[in-house]
Amino acid sequence: MGAVAEGGVNLEKFGFMTTKLNDAIGWARKFSIFQYPFVTACCGMEYMATACAHYDVDRFGAGFPRFSPRQADVLFVVGTISQKMAPVLKKIYDQMCEPKWVVAFGVCTCTGGFYDNYATVMGIDHIIPVDVYIPGCPPRPENVLDGLMKLQDKIQNQKQEV
Amino acid sequence: MNLAEKIKQKYSSMVLEATAIAGGDPTIVAKKETIKNLMTALRDDVDFQFNVLMDLFGVDYLFWEEKEKRFEVVYNIYSISKKHRLFVKVPVKETDAALDSVTDVWPAANWFEREVWDMFGIRFNGHPNLKRILMYEEFKGHPLRKDYPYNKRQPLIGPMH
Repeated sequence: MGAVAEGGVNLEKFGFMTTKLNDAIGWARKFSIFQYPFVTACCGMEYMATACAHYDVDRFGAGFPRFSPRQADVLFVVGTISQKMAPVLKKIYDQMCEPKWVVAFGVCTCTGGFYDNYATVMGIDHIIPVDVYIPGCPPRPENVLDGLMKLQDKIQNQKQEV
Repeated sequence: MNLAEKIKQKYSSMVLEATAIAGGDPTIVAKKETIKNLMTALRDDVDFQFNVLMDLFGVDYLFWEEKEKRFEVVYNIYSISKKHRLFVKVPVKETDAALDSVTDVWPAANWFEREVWDMFGIRFNGHPNLKRILMYEEFKGHPLRKDYPYNKRQPLIGPMH
């Protein structure tokens, strides 16, 4: 957003502000993230710590969890996903409306972590596309907020489908 | 005389051996064919009164040369009134991996036996609903068998790409 237009005229003086539509939509979207927490394991405790008053994700406009995927923008996958759970996660993802983003929270969702066995999906990117990976077992709340800010950057800078 | 020896003396036709496991709990090795009769007797006998089935699980001794039979099913039973515990081990052959269900003796055995079927492929005759409990129905094989490759993957829905 530029306050000074081409030609050196200061538009703010006249009560104007110029921007591009793409940037304005990105700005609006990145500060109104309705999240769907798909919590299956111990990372959920860290998710709760992040969501509560000490770290307060509401500062980033992400303080409003929706427990219906149809009303959510960001799918937070928090905790180990087993092969038996995988079709459920896929269905939840398919039910979300565009535009939508996915955050892999914790090392189990990123790569499977130390569950190198018959039961676990080795990273949720085997079944759904992922925008931000937050590793850690579990990640610290600061780490989560860092991931959230990276997601905001991504939302701001992408081409906005309307 | 400890509990395991007492039981062996009383039910000598159904018990092969009286030992103790590492933790010191009395343990008996029982015959597979008569396991249900033995369990019913242990539950109803006034001297023993094993009224709780605390656990039931399988063991795969594939690489143990000293073991004649590949599997063992282990019952962990407890008496609330007598305050004593007993482990009952039943050796099971790979070629005939089936034994009688004890769901009629203790209903708690239902899900434990389903787990042993799911993980080890040991069948329980007379079980009311013997299907997989942890893995999904389409899963092939039994993952806790020692010859199941630990890194084998059977995705329920295919990879994204």
